[in-house]
Amino acid sequence: MAIIAAGTPVPPITLKREDGADFTQEDLKGRTTVLVFYPFAFSPVCTDQLQVYEELGSELAGQNAVMYAVSTDASFSQIAFREKLGVTIEQLSDFEPKGEASKALGAYFEPAGMTNRALVVVNADGIVAWSHLADSPGELPGVDKVREGLAAVAG
Amino acid sequence: MSDPSAPGSSGPHVRGPEGAPLVVLFGDVTCVRCQQAYLALGDAPLRLQWRHFVLRARGPQPRAIATALEAAARQDAFWPLLDRAMAQPARLEDPDLWRIAADLGLDVDRFRADRRDERTDAAIGADLSAALTLGATGTPALLVDGTIDHGVPDAAWIAALLD
Repeated sequence: MAIIAAGTPVPPITLKREDGADFTQEDLKGRTTVLVFYPFAFSPVCTDQLQVYEELGSELAGQNAVMYAVSTDASFSQIAFREKLGVTIEQLSDFEPKGEASKALGAYFEPAGMTNRALVVVNADGIVAWSHLADSPGELPGVDKVREGLAAVAG
Repeated sequence: MSDPSAPGSSGPHVRGPEGAPLVVLFGDVTCVRCQQAYLALGDAPLRLQWRHFVLRARGPQPRAIATALEAAARQDAFWPLLDRAMAQPARLEDPDLWRIAADLGLDVDRFRADRRDERTDAAIGADLSAALTLGATGTPALLVDGTIDHGVPDAAWIAALLD
């Protein structure tokens, strides 16, 4: 499955926010959004990734950007995971129907039935500005990749 | 990285035989995998550089230990303090760090003041920025010849480096 390409408007999607409210493509508008897809809450590799991205807090704010982490875990697991990590990055759940939003964006890893390791940066008009799919779910994109995505919005 | 030529700078923290392959370990003393990596690399005939990879999500302690290391470096005791810290990673609250500093014969008042110094802050911040820019995605991050790798180096990894 190919990751959604730059220049493509984000199709209709529905994810669950931590408070249970819907998060749709309309919520992507008005500022830059960085969607971080990670395979599973509590998997060791994801743990480090979000703690490292947490360091981007002020950099994101300075660029009118907000970051969300997306997985197919239920919100309760995601919230426990976020609290354990000590991070503030809001979690979006793609639990039911499982992986539907991730599939729509090409960020789903069919063989394992989980979200793939991917980054999608969406501009304030709801159009994908940049995307990245890791060669394998075990390969983590660093902050340098997030910055590359933010630069694509600015440029 | 702090500029080693700057007045009073503790410079890069490097040890090991001149001419040996250099591994830069971006680490956090409280991270178990960093402790393991430190042991594995310390036993090998490599040149090892330590840089701080202190993530705020992990709470105040990693940073507190990093400030102690920087302050020890100003009294030429970076590696002795790091070795001691690695030997007792579960007991590294401030009083433990003061005790270690005293045991190592450091001027503890100066050690305590240097931990709060802005240059200490700057050195830790510079290491973090470098790690992020290099694409490090977790601890430990190992930099060899401009390439970042992650995890605890095993015997094969070290052998390949020495080859």
